[in-house]
Amino acid sequence: MDNLLSIVTFLPLVAAIILAVFLRGDDAAAQLNAKRLALAATTATFLISLAILVEFDPANTGFQLVEESEWLFGLTYKVGVDGISVLFVLLTTFLMPITIASCWGVTHRVKEYMVAMLVLETLMLGVFVALDLVLFYLFFEAGLIPMFLIIGIWGGKDRIYASFKFFLYTFLGSVLMLVAMIAMYVDAGTSDIEALLRHQFDAGPLSLMGWQIAGGMQTLLWLAFFASFAVKMPMWPVHTWLPDAHVQAPTAGSVVLAAILLKMGGYGFLRFSLPMFPVASDIMAPLVLWLSVIAIIYTSLVAMVQEDMKKLIAYSSVAHMGFVTMGIFAANQQGVDGAIFQMISHGFVSGALFLCVGVIYDRMHTRDIDAYGGLVVRMPAYALIFMLFTMANVGLPGTSGFVGEFLTLIGVFQVNTWVGVLAATGVILSACYALWLYRRVVFGDLIKESLKSITDMDRRERAIFAPLVVMTLLLGVYPSLVTDMIGPSVEALVTRYDVAVSAYVPDTHVAANH
Amino acid sequence: METILLFSPLVGAIIAGFTWRLIGETGAQVAATALLFLSCLLSWVVFLSFDGTTYTHSLFTWIESGTLFTDWAIRIDRLTAIMLIVITTVSALVHLYSFGYMAHDDNFKHGESYRPRFFAYLSFFTFAMLMLVTADNLLQLFFGWEGVGVASYLLIGFYYRKPSAGAAAMKAFIVNRVGDFGFLLGIFGLFWMADSIQFDVILPMGAEFAEMTIPFLGMELNAANTIAMLLFIGAMGKSAQLILHTWLPDAMEGPTPVSALIHAATMVTAGVFLVCRMSPLMEYAPFATNFIIVLGAATAFFAATVGLVQNDIKRVIAYSTCSQLGYMFVAAGVGVYSVAMFHLFTHAFFKAMLFLGAGSVIHAMHHEQDMRNYGGLRKKIPYTFAAMMIGTLAITGVGIPTTYFGFAGFFSKDAVVESAYAFGGDLGQYAFWALIVAAVFTSFYSWRLMFLTFFGTPRGNKHTHDHAHESPWTMLAPLGVLAVGAVFSGVVWYNSFFGHTDTVARFFGVPYAVEGHAEEGAHGAADEAHGAADAHAAAPAADAHAAAPAADAHAAEAAADDHGGGYAHYVFTGAPGEGAIHAAPGNTILNDAHEVPKWVKWSPFFAMLLGFVTAYWFYIVNPSLPKRLAQAQRPLYLFLLNKWYFDEAYDFLFVRPARWLGRFLWKGGDGAVIDGGINGLAMGIIPFFTRLAGRAQSGYIFTYAFAMVLGIVVLVTWVTLSVGG
Repeated sequence: MDNLLSIVTFLPLVAAIILAVFLRGDDAAAQLNAKRLALAATTATFLISLAILVEFDPANTGFQLVEESEWLFGLTYKVGVDGISVLFVLLTTFLMPITIASCWGVTHRVKEYMVAMLVLETLMLGVFVALDLVLFYLFFEAGLIPMFLIIGIWGGKDRIYASFKFFLYTFLGSVLMLVAMIAMYVDAGTSDIEALLRHQFDAGPLSLMGWQIAGGMQTLLWLAFFASFAVKMPMWPVHTWLPDAHVQAPTAGSVVLAAILLKMGGYGFLRFSLPMFPVASDIMAPLVLWLSVIAIIYTSLVAMVQEDMKKLIAYSSVAHMGFVTMGIFAANQQGVDGAIFQMISHGFVSGALFLCVGVIYDRMHTRDIDAYGGLVVRMPAYALIFMLFTMANVGLPGTSGFVGEFLTLIGVFQVNTWVGVLAATGVILSACYALWLYRRVVFGDLIKESLKSITDMDRRERAIFAPLVVMTLLLGVYPSLVTDMIGPSVEALVTRYDVAVSAYVPDTHVAANH
Repeated sequence: METILLFSPLVGAIIAGFTWRLIGETGAQVAATALLFLSCLLSWVVFLSFDGTTYTHSLFTWIESGTLFTDWAIRIDRLTAIMLIVITTVSALVHLYSFGYMAHDDNFKHGESYRPRFFAYLSFFTFAMLMLVTADNLLQLFFGWEGVGVASYLLIGFYYRKPSAGAAAMKAFIVNRVGDFGFLLGIFGLFWMADSIQFDVILPMGAEFAEMTIPFLGMELNAANTIAMLLFIGAMGKSAQLILHTWLPDAMEGPTPVSALIHAATMVTAGVFLVCRMSPLMEYAPFATNFIIVLGAATAFFAATVGLVQNDIKRVIAYSTCSQLGYMFVAAGVGVYSVAMFHLFTHAFFKAMLFLGAGSVIHAMHHEQDMRNYGGLRKKIPYTFAAMMIGTLAITGVGIPTTYFGFAGFFSKDAVVESAYAFGGDLGQYAFWALIVAAVFTSFYSWRLMFLTFFGTPRGNKHTHDHAHESPWTMLAPLGVLAVGAVFSGVVWYNSFFGHTDTVARFFGVPYAVEGHAEEGAHGAADEAHGAADAHAAAPAADAHAAAPAADAHAAEAAADDHGGGYAHYVFTGAPGEGAIHAAPGNTILNDAHEVPKWVKWSPFFAMLLGFVTAYWFYIVNPSLPKRLAQAQRPLYLFLLNKWYFDEAYDFLFVRPARWLGRFLWKGGDGAVIDGGINGLAMGIIPFFTRLAGRAQSGYIFTYAFAMVLGIVVLVTWVTLSVGG
């Protein structure tokens, strides 16, 4: 298949259009049809995307399955995957059927919900496969809109505030990125990402309004991209939109947000910041490392005192993303391998944790931790699954959560022991908040009247969790499934980065002349 | 065979945990137990047929990234073989015991199935522990390390209805995580220095680490000391050493068989195992080993003092465990790893038996655990009494010094004490005296437990006493087997662990030679011996010495004969990583320990006697004395009863500040500063949007969203066209 990636990317969109145009009515039957069609489309997308795995050659560190053609206004449509992006594509296609299945209980504007989800899938996939700046930007920004709608329409009580906060934070960060992209286009004369990766952006010192800027042009571009990706990650201190967005988002929205949308920032760092601006990355790495450490400790402490389950998991997500940024800017094989692994793993684990909250939210309509307690008495299967993902969240060896944490830590330790040691306290703190949550919700005697008749997970719910359980354990025991795929590309990335950094000599003489 | 040995507990756990609805609760229990007995049988085969040569089976790759490479593997050497039999024997017996102990439990309502879950956890624990000891790299060891932690967490919290159980489980996991934090840093440091965490690579590098420096937290530190310290922090957590010990007494919230298996015989000794496993590194890390001695001796003393006044039967034994672990660490710290393993080995038998015996008492007394409500039970439960008596004789170290008559604990404890003395210097003296005082206390609290429980008049609920009954055979049989171990495991393996250096070296597969031989080297036979040892030391890989120990032995004995046929001093000559344990050149403590003064050899005996007589005086002759003493010395009594106020101090120092800080960062940091700042910045924008949105019905949001899409598209188009054109 010559246009495999395009098929995978746009299949959900096609389904969304079919749904939007042809499905009429809002009765129960129509709703069910909408859900079925969405599920079928996402499942088909996943199955087709498996062909990418087959076609993909990990040993080849360049872009594969590339498609290129003319587009509107003289722009180019170009997509392709390499070892860095291929697994994000699969993560997305894998998780979407699960996400769709998790909103089987939704009854409000089902058709629109499904359309939003399907459009969102296309846009997310587009981000990971786009090989053209403009295309990337469009996917990257347009992805905000369905998410904005999902929170704003199907969200909780304060959904309007949360959705605007989400939109403005992420959008404002992106405006700077747009400016930087234009500058890159001017400098390199192309918007082709493959070409831009080969282009060397000037790293000579620059004087701007009396300020000496080390790394010059690269640093400025790096900062502009950083503004966007840091918000998307989210990194401390621009993380506060995330807890609000999660709390107000419907379960499926939270799952997509945590499992896939948060990965765009990390992917952006790996696609743009590190390879295109290596000198600037090297100069700015200490800043990122320290922000990551602050994120890990700060948000873990904040997670510990949360009363709302979703907020707690949202803060824990920020802490886990701290490991990702830390690993990326450790810029060695273990660090970057670990960062990608952590993102993949976090996709499964945090997605599953939000689904876990969804299971009891559907029954009790509250996310208040205090409203629960002793669920193990009536919900043993739920207790088991929640325990598994709690442990994965804590980073227990044997689950996927451990591998990413371990690799990023061992990577960063070789770069900066202070950062390594402080970040490693995250393994203690994560145990504190995660087990404290589990204990309050699941352990104890079941004494609250309201919970006396709560039922355990049904067949559909178990089926939703099954693939996540399998992936979490499989990747924990045999992580080579991931590291074999990404290893060569990461190695190439790191090698190029090292070469560029060592070639750069901060020329103070030139700077003095300015 | 090793693979079956390793995985049959895992299979048992899965069968018991997931298929019990099909095969029934009893079926699940039988399946798990049968698979464990299989594993136990195979372990003994491995142990008895092991010839000292390390071998490894690799299963498949685990984590691989750049130069970091780890396998799932099974590595068998003497340390592993010892641990295998300890783990599987105790575990198999505990499984059997649990048939009886867990048959009825008031913590669960009628009709609730808890037994399959219990057996599944026990088997899973055993699997994780086996993974720990069979690891061929530090990361798999860490997998087992955390795996047993989870199993422990689940089993401590097994009675999930009890809030105290939930709290204890969480505490155990988190305190262990503090240790794991150090352990992880140790792994990081090791990888950084050696570019590997495979034992085959890092263990032979022990001496090199001593020459390296590691930049750590802005300092340039000695690599061996730093890494050894960090790894030991992990050991402190798992083995409940002072500072990180607070979780162990609380862990007694779990069912008693769990306490016997996890919190006495196996998991808590993992730290000792780690130190012994890393002996080629420890030998070149004097600062770290000195610290281990200081902390081990302090723990032995501290825990024994607390044990003196506890009233809960399980807590007494828990503190006793903590204290005995201190003994093991002292032995490891002074560099006699075989003795550390010896005490670990014998302790597993008698401590598991004491716990299971206590469980039998608790079972008989309807889950009453307060010894103040016991008394005079020896006639009601005679078998349990006999077992507990053997256990007590073993832990207090009853035996006749300088002979081969004594219980298991007598041999191993004396070996530890003598090694500490032989270490010499202020540190050796400190450790020696701390251990002697701890031995007095050990004897006292052990006999106090016996007297309060089995002697005197029945106290507490009369109904409970009237219905006290002996336990079923499933509970008594394991006691019987362990009793055999508690009596004989010391004398049978005395020479292997603490005999002459050559015997010990053969047992652990370490090359050895006659001491001081290198200088003499005049006789032909001696040269030969020397040459063999040297050639051996030069061999780079650990597996190169297949038949060498035997050859060495032969040559060395011949050499000894040349010197007049008398008793020869031998020394370990293996390079780091050869054999299961390592002794640096000049470490002759194992030899010296046999030549300590007579009074040193007798001192544990008198310590034991002193403790016994005092306990007899306090609880048999003059039972009102303890209460009066406690009143007279109230502050001291409360200090000990409250465990030196460690929990309170930690709550004040860590728990509350962390919560306060979390709340402060949330409300102050996220709320006021960040959101406040950004909202303030965007004061003009957000109210505008929210005002609009506030009026809007959700349907209108589509319109706004559409406007935004349009806006973006227009912007991008305009920009690209104007720039491109």
